[in-house]
Amino acid sequence: MGIISRGFGGRRRTAEDARVPPGQYLTDGFPVLSAGPTPRVTEEDWRFSITSEAGDTVTWTWEEFLALPQERPHTDIHCVTRWSKLDTEWTGVGLDTLLESVDTAADFALAYSHGGYTTNLPLEDLAGGQAWVVHAFGGEPLAPEHGGPARLLVPHLYFWKSAKWIKGVRLLDHDEPGFWEQAGYHPYGDPWREQRYWGD
Amino acid sequence: MTEYLDANALAGALSEVFSVDLTSSWRRCSVCGHTGAFAELHVYTDCPGQVARCPSCQTVVLRLVRSGDTLWLDLGGTGCLRVELR
Ligand SMILES: [Zn+2]
Repeated sequence: MGIISRGFGGRRRTAEDARVPPGQYLTDGFPVLSAGPTPRVTEEDWRFSITSEAGDTVTWTWEEFLALPQERPHTDIHCVTRWSKLDTEWTGVGLDTLLESVDTAADFALAYSHGGYTTNLPLEDLAGGQAWVVHAFGGEPLAPEHGGPARLLVPHLYFWKSAKWIKGVRLLDHDEPGFWEQAGYHPYGDPWREQRYWGD
Repeated sequence: MTEYLDANALAGALSEVFSVDLTSSWRRCSVCGHTGAFAELHVYTDCPGQVARCPSCQTVVLRLVRSGDTLWLDLGGTGCLRVELR
């Protein structure tokens, strides 16, 4: 029995390895990373806004947000602190859906959160089915320590781009570095190219 | 659960940059006016770097990111430090 288990585990590990970017290790846990106190935001007070480069703002309440078409991304996530987690399941609204309400020709976006966190991305990385504002993880409401009531999910970039406690997105003509990007981290953060720090 | 440490957690990294021990200095916050020992800062280390916050208003006092022999130090929210040189 031991031999069969090891053999099966070995084959599965090989398939998983191809899904793990360079310099990363797999974890079954879900480490909590935080650069400040955990904001407590009630669903009643929650709002999500997108502001265009012209200054026009669209805002959704929690009810309005839940009434939008819901998607269930199933994806792998990669943290710059070197852990990766496979097969995570989320529920939320695609940024494509949210951006339909906004008239924009911007090239960049700055996500901002309760507690003051920010992170920058090219707008094209928020579009094309690559990004969501999620409110559930594994079928359960997203816990505050993981960014609940809602966080950004942009799984093709390092997880610091998936801003917890998201409050809104500002669309910009220029790239504006966010919280970690101002302090040495890479402006883009592609885990497959190991873009961890400035100059990587 | 305590999410943060005190600023003695920064002593090692800061001693590589500064010749005086900043953790023994006093700080006046430029945002809320709070005055207190630098060592009382709330330091968050379970994140991609080290983040020190004012114990009174939670403003980010400094951000420190380390990669091999390179260190990035953002002192943007430090305010005024009083450092005794001897
Ligand atoms: Zn303060």
